[in-house]
Amino acid sequence: MTSTVSDNSVSDRPASDSAGSLSTSHTGYRGTKVRRQRVRAAWLFLTPMLLSLLIVAAWPLLRTFYLSFTDASLSDTTGGMFIGFENYLVHDDGAWYGLLADPIWWTSVWNTVYFAVVSVSLEVVFGIIVALLLNAEFKGRMLVRAAVLIPWAIPTIVSAKMWAWMLNDQFGIINHLLMLLGIIDAPLAWTADADLSMWAVIMVDVWKTIPFVALLVLAALQMLPSDCYEAAEVDGIHPLKVFFRVTLPLITPALMVAVIFRLLDALRVFDVIYVLTSNSTSTMTMSIYARQQLVEFQDVGYGSAASTLLFLIISFAVVIYLYLGRRQLGVEQ
Amino acid sequence: MNTHVLNSKSRNSKVLNSRTLFKIAKRLGFYALTAIVLVYAVFPFYYAVITSLKPSSDLFRMELWPSAPDLANYATIFSESSFVRAIGNSVLVAISVVLIALLLGITASYALGRVRFRGRTTVMLTILGVSMFPQVAVLSGMFEVIRALGLYNNPGGLILSYTVFTLPFTVWVLTTFMRQLPMELEEAAIMDGATPWVTITRVFLPLMWPAMATTGLLAFIAAWNEFLFALTFTLTDSQRTVPVAIALISGNSQHELPWGPIMAASVTVTVPLVILVMIFQRRIVSGLTAGAVKG
Repeated sequence: MTSTVSDNSVSDRPASDSAGSLSTSHTGYRGTKVRRQRVRAAWLFLTPMLLSLLIVAAWPLLRTFYLSFTDASLSDTTGGMFIGFENYLVHDDGAWYGLLADPIWWTSVWNTVYFAVVSVSLEVVFGIIVALLLNAEFKGRMLVRAAVLIPWAIPTIVSAKMWAWMLNDQFGIINHLLMLLGIIDAPLAWTADADLSMWAVIMVDVWKTIPFVALLVLAALQMLPSDCYEAAEVDGIHPLKVFFRVTLPLITPALMVAVIFRLLDALRVFDVIYVLTSNSTSTMTMSIYARQQLVEFQDVGYGSAASTLLFLIISFAVVIYLYLGRRQLGVEQ
Repeated sequence: MNTHVLNSKSRNSKVLNSRTLFKIAKRLGFYALTAIVLVYAVFPFYYAVITSLKPSSDLFRMELWPSAPDLANYATIFSESSFVRAIGNSVLVAISVVLIALLLGITASYALGRVRFRGRTTVMLTILGVSMFPQVAVLSGMFEVIRALGLYNNPGGLILSYTVFTLPFTVWVLTTFMRQLPMELEEAAIMDGATPWVTITRVFLPLMWPAMATTGLLAFIAAWNEFLFALTFTLTDSQRTVPVAIALISGNSQHELPWGPIMAASVTVTVPLVILVMIFQRRIVSGLTAGAVKG
């Protein structure tokens, strides 16, 4: 993970080289005094930011890890006793207890993974289609691009509420339309029916995040060289073949970035589901589960254990993704 | 001979015809797809707007244009002091978060973008790592910190906790922008004996305004939309932010949600964002792609 990210982010840029040249290769005439002053200033400038991150990120994270090994409750988080791994797994009186033995936890893990994989796949497919559309020259392109951005700008809570209204079982316009078209006979309970509610959630999430994927892909499309497309057109190659053989490989790096960002977001999904289906088990995700234990059941120890596992699962996903991504890129080179 | 000429002419035009037909069909298909995308993107918001304009008696009638539009739903939500307070809280929190993130972000991005020093890669990786981890992972720890500082059920607690996702993002995007500025500017400043602080405020700050507007806007949107922390770290109606206020609007029972006022509230908090996005469309796109594609 370390080397991949640093390769992409730090040393790959021309500007960073020139920034480096100022402090290293030019030291001859500029003297090391300026350089030392700059490095000292750099750390001075970084300190407030690093201190803030320490307070709002590092410390709370470490405390969450610690609390997951205690039986603390929300009213008094410091009063908990250290109980080892009991929140995770404990064998007591012939039965297993704890997070890893809780079927609802495993349901929420499965729901989260299912949600993440399905919604991100749909977003990538539709995002590419929208990006290709926006990449074409036509009248009113700016207007369409602005309109496509609207779902992205709408707060998640608001979009969940808007869709909850459209998906309302009795008065929702979607049931009304589907019945008008004769696709269904009776109204569907989109958010209450255990078989449908996950799809309702996915529908809302896909609607909201297509713009993000589409914009990232569009940015990549606009940087593609036009000469190979002209060559392909002269040779009369079918546009679909051009897309899969030329365009797709060239936009893969941008697509990978979009996918990792979306995947990380999807694995920690909370607000869409909280608003649409509340704490229903059929759509419960890891974040919903952890917060329910922490806040509603006031069980900070157990909830922290769930948070910690979620953190570990996401870190694991990032490492795997970066590893696979690097290997794939390595093969292509 | 005459007939021959005529024949070839008509054959030619036939070929042309099928080709133009194909072209027209392709064009039509393209515009149809565009229209579908347009409707898909805009319709839910449009439907929320017309719902918010309907009197409650018309709410359950399907129509694409309200037959008797009125502003009763808006009057209802603005007569509730807790909703007005929530808007105030949201504005306060979002603006403070943006200012803090920009202030800390601009100095940090100078250090990370313009100075080469040992540990820079580590700092960049730490920032990237923080921007990736799930909010729920810090929930219990953050709850403790906020309560210890006496900021529970107070917008201050939200301002503090939102830093965890706005700051890494701001630093990251500003650093990519900072890197793109020409070297000569800084060399000239150093030649003139300017200290790093003067270099930032006099040389870079004027050039960074566009980038700061972009990141500030993105941080504003993120803070305005945040839900999990706002839900967990506030308790009373008077301290809530808008997303929580909307999520918690309830009717007499679970099945009788007051959809008119909910949609009016939703439209109220969304319209400023949609207008901002329309105006700063280009900037937002460049900010998002700088944060993601180049990062």
